[in-house]
Amino acid sequence: MADTAALHKFVEKLRAQNAAWVDDVIDALGEVSVVVPREAIVDVCRTLKEQHGFDMLADLCGADRGPEEDPRFVVNYHLFSTKHYNRLRLKVRVSEDDAKIHTVSQIWRTADWHERETYDLFGVVFEDHPDLRRILLPSDFDGHALRKDYPLRGYEPYSMN
Amino acid sequence: MGLENTLFESLPEVLTVKLDAVVNWARKSSLWPATFGLACCAIEMMNTVSSRNDLSRFGAETFRASPRQADVMIVSGRVSRKMAPVLRRIYDQMPEPKWVISMGACATSGGVFDNYAIVQGVDKIVPVDVYVPGCPPRPEMLVHAITMLQDKIMKESTRDRRDTFEPESRVSIVPGTLPVTEGTALEKETEVEVAQNEVSRPYTVPARHERRRTS
Repeated sequence: MADTAALHKFVEKLRAQNAAWVDDVIDALGEVSVVVPREAIVDVCRTLKEQHGFDMLADLCGADRGPEEDPRFVVNYHLFSTKHYNRLRLKVRVSEDDAKIHTVSQIWRTADWHERETYDLFGVVFEDHPDLRRILLPSDFDGHALRKDYPLRGYEPYSMN
Repeated sequence: MGLENTLFESLPEVLTVKLDAVVNWARKSSLWPATFGLACCAIEMMNTVSSRNDLSRFGAETFRASPRQADVMIVSGRVSRKMAPVLRRIYDQMPEPKWVISMGACATSGGVFDNYAIVQGVDKIVPVDVYVPGCPPRPEMLVHAITMLQDKIMKESTRDRRDTFEPESRVSIVPGTLPVTEGTALEKETEVEVAQNEVSRPYTVPARHERRRTS
């Protein structure tokens, strides 16, 4: 719980490198989240991995804030450092009209499938992704299922034809 | 499949009744299931096969991994829409005579998962002979389902599962199973009827927690 001081040091180092990289810092419940602008995410991730030891991308997931919010989607990157035993979260807010982020799969290979899942369920497109296609839902599925305006029961009952 | 039916068709009824009994006894006493364990019900299916509740005392001696060597398909677990064509393909690969047991609430009717991803009942994909409720059903319930299926088999007549021309074989003659109507004239008739009575409305009956109450 006291590790937030160490995490804030990483945030300060990021700020020192480039002030545009850190939009906002959220410190709650013993966890630190950094809001990063969309254009800077690859640089931030690379810096954190190579220079500050966040060598593991524990999770990459999307969230839908609702169709009335703008920006609508948030992509969360959960970073874990095995060297410092610390976790940091990066958030990138993406609006619905331009739902594109550059992929980080060249930095951590696990991002490949996580980004496919985020694309499948939310519709956020990852540029330069090696193989961006649906992973959980059937390939001919219409729509993105975890958006808030997608009905829970879907649009049609299943039929074989 | 072929020989006993051609033989039986040439015999008078009184003899086939006796032969029915023998054939059905043979079929029910050696029902070999095809492993189709999808989710949590598969754990209970494993329990049914293991030594405490031993399914092989009822004839289910081996669970064949290949559907071509199996008699009964026990669909245990929820079937997602992505898995549904695979399930149908495995069912089609089983040779006649074949039966299907739908094990658990999810295979019977979608279970707790009333959503976009899960097929609401495996009988939308394959014709089912015995439904077993439960989440998961106890192993004794699955054993009871196998014995129920065996009783059902004893009542069958070998004329029901004869080799026929394709359109005719797709209509269910065995009572209690759903007819497979894909590609038959019956399907074309129903399509015309549906198109005439169609009301254009999406299937968006809201789920219970989605209905807003005006506060």
